Amino acid sequence: MRGKTPALFAVAALALAACGGDDDNGSAGGAATADAETGSTATATADAGGDTAAPAGDAVALTYALWDANQLPAYEACATAFNAANPGVSVTVQQQGWDDYWNAITTGFVSGTAPDVFTNHLARYPEFAETEQILPLNEWIERDAVDTTVYFPGLVDLWARPDGNQYGLPKDWDTIAIVANQQMLADAGIDPATLADLTWNPQDGGTFEEAIAALSVDVNGVRGNEAGFDAANVATYGFGLVNTGGGNGQTEWSWLAVANGWNFMDEPYWGTSFNYADPKFVETIDWIKGAIDKGFAPPFEVFSATGHNDLFKAGQTATTSLGSWEIGDVLAAEFETAFFPTPVGPTGQRASMFNGLADSISASSEHPEQAWEWVKFLASVDCQNLVAETAVVFPAIPEAADRVKAVRAEQGVDVSAFTVHVEEGTTFTFPIADFAADRDAIMNPAMEAVFTGSDTGSTIADANAEVNALFE
Amino acid sequence: MAATSMGTRRPHRDVRQWLTAAAFLAPAMIGFAVFYFRPTVLGFYNSFTDKELLRPESDWVGLENYREMISDDVFWNALWVTGYYVLVNIGVQTICAIGIAWVLDRLSGSRVMRTLVMTPYLMSNVVVALLFLWILDFRLGVMNAFLDTIGLNPQPWLSSKEWAIPSIALINVWRHMGYTALLLFAGLQTIPKDVKEAALIDGCGEIQRFIRVTLPLLRPVLAVVLVITIIGSFQIFDTVDVTTEGGPVNASRVIYLYIFDQAFARRNFGYASAMSVALFLILAVVTIVQMRLLRANESDLA
Repeated sequence: MRGKTPALFAVAALALAACGGDDDNGSAGGAATADAETGSTATATADAGGDTAAPAGDAVALTYALWDANQLPAYEACATAFNAANPGVSVTVQQQGWDDYWNAITTGFVSGTAPDVFTNHLARYPEFAETEQILPLNEWIERDAVDTTVYFPGLVDLWARPDGNQYGLPKDWDTIAIVANQQMLADAGIDPATLADLTWNPQDGGTFEEAIAALSVDVNGVRGNEAGFDAANVATYGFGLVNTGGGNGQTEWSWLAVANGWNFMDEPYWGTSFNYADPKFVETIDWIKGAIDKGFAPPFEVFSATGHNDLFKAGQTATTSLGSWEIGDVLAAEFETAFFPTPVGPTGQRASMFNGLADSISASSEHPEQAWEWVKFLASVDCQNLVAETAVVFPAIPEAADRVKAVRAEQGVDVSAFTVHVEEGTTFTFPIADFAADRDAIMNPAMEAVFTGSDTGSTIADANAEVNALFE
Repeated sequence: MAATSMGTRRPHRDVRQWLTAAAFLAPAMIGFAVFYFRPTVLGFYNSFTDKELLRPESDWVGLENYREMISDDVFWNALWVTGYYVLVNIGVQTICAIGIAWVLDRLSGSRVMRTLVMTPYLMSNVVVALLFLWILDFRLGVMNAFLDTIGLNPQPWLSSKEWAIPSIALINVWRHMGYTALLLFAGLQTIPKDVKEAALIDGCGEIQRFIRVTLPLLRPVLAVVLVITIIGSFQIFDTVDVTTEGGPVNASRVIYLYIFDQAFARRNFGYASAMSVALFLILAVVTIVQMRLLRANESDLA
């Protein structure tokens, strides 16, 4: 020990500090925390069908990545069909949970090992396009005369930069609705048929607040619309708030705020100024905080800790808002459920974010031609019909989306609460703009502060100023 | 004749010794140079540039990143949060570990006991974090269900600003205290029995003997263990990433989480490097001060 230890530990300290948490105590690398979000990191290969057609040595190997484990079987089916039709190509499908997925994509870009084709998100693709990590598809679309009018209106435009470059072809879309526990509706004396006509406003909450008040029950069995309701000791909350929502609030508050006449940005796409400080937004958030104080919705300690679908399935909440990609999750509940559309707001209309995914090609792909063929197939009615059979998401092509409704109807599930927004044109687009990661870093803590006691107006105004400063 | 042959042989033997030594040292030195030294130097260099992830070119910006760091509230908050975490984590962990080591040493150092004490350490950090995420869940976790049955109020262990850091610190105490205890137990075993017996003969009680005799003799081992555990504790990342992701607001945004977020989510590699350099300097100072204070290179047994 004598004499040598200080030098030894100085070196150890240097090494430990230098490698940024890469020792056994902290893994800064991409995949190490993989299991945290999803519980598993499944890597599946889907070339079983293709193997017979393609000699392994000659086929061009393509990797395709997605984050939603529920969609893995659907896209494995597409890969099998594609491999069978294209003997020269062998597509392998990989899946990782949301957080790890983006870490792996980013580090993959740096090291040149990103998947050839990957499922892209509107919040992420602008920075990938800006840093030229993904390929524009325009020349290929033109060359192969791909008909981009077959998709639901508006979906194609989501994937075009202001310069006209197209970075993806639509594969699916999603909207927001609310799911209710049938038994709790019956206990509260609410006819499920009336839920489609609920109205909401930020002052008294309209019939929507009346419904969630009636559905809230305290530990003594007193309901939220009865005298003596104990808001501090609630057994079942009438409305399960998803989370704080950060800067997008897709399932959390965007459907309320926009139904209140609010707009995210100065432009529908590629805005350079956000409107969070707008009173229409602030009063929407204040209404939610009011509902929490009244005991109709869970407080921050509850909803930030437990997933909203888990609370719903555990009977802790009577309803919860959710995205159409979560339908399968709540259907796994051990009780009967019913979906109803988001309420009509002061604008006289309901509102739902219309978000869509698309597949992008990595600039580092060694086989862009084959990757394009695969992207084209993913965006085709052939693949989207295969996806529709699993009914996990609504495909971007109307014909395939109708098939999902039919499959769900056969299962006795009515999903019209989600599709009504598309049919009635009450959708608004995801706020596509630059600096998505920086906006998250500002808005996530700000919204958490708002829901943990900070003043709504001033906190949001400060964050809004910070967000808008990014664009200057 | 003899002298000349000695004269020619000795340098020859020296060269061979050098070559042998170099051959043995090479793997470690190459590994050190490639995986530790080079990234460290690169990190220092990057901290003076505006390097961004996914962008190949970068410019020298001098001290700009450091200026930004000094005026960055989130950075200072992250340092405080990390310091608070280390204090709770190391404080509780060291006391628990000394206790366990003492019991192991006094009662029995049986292999079964030693193995049992080690078991939490065999689990991965992420698994432990996930496990406690469920145990400590506000509405559905067993911890609050237990508190409820004994008549206490449920607490938002991981979802309140007050509890987040203490909860995370205690989760890691649970995982690491057995391992730390074993290190200290090994130290206790090196203390000669005759010293303890002498104290016993002089009429020293059990507790007095521990405080007056055992602990001072354990000091060099304790110093080394503290340096290792404190540096490890500063690197808290995965437990936070799994349980709170830095929230509520910034209440558990420890420094490595912030560095990681800046580097890989916000792609500000230069700025993240500057913060890493700052952390390196802090850890270096902490280590040197600690070694001085605890005089780790002197044993009272000598």
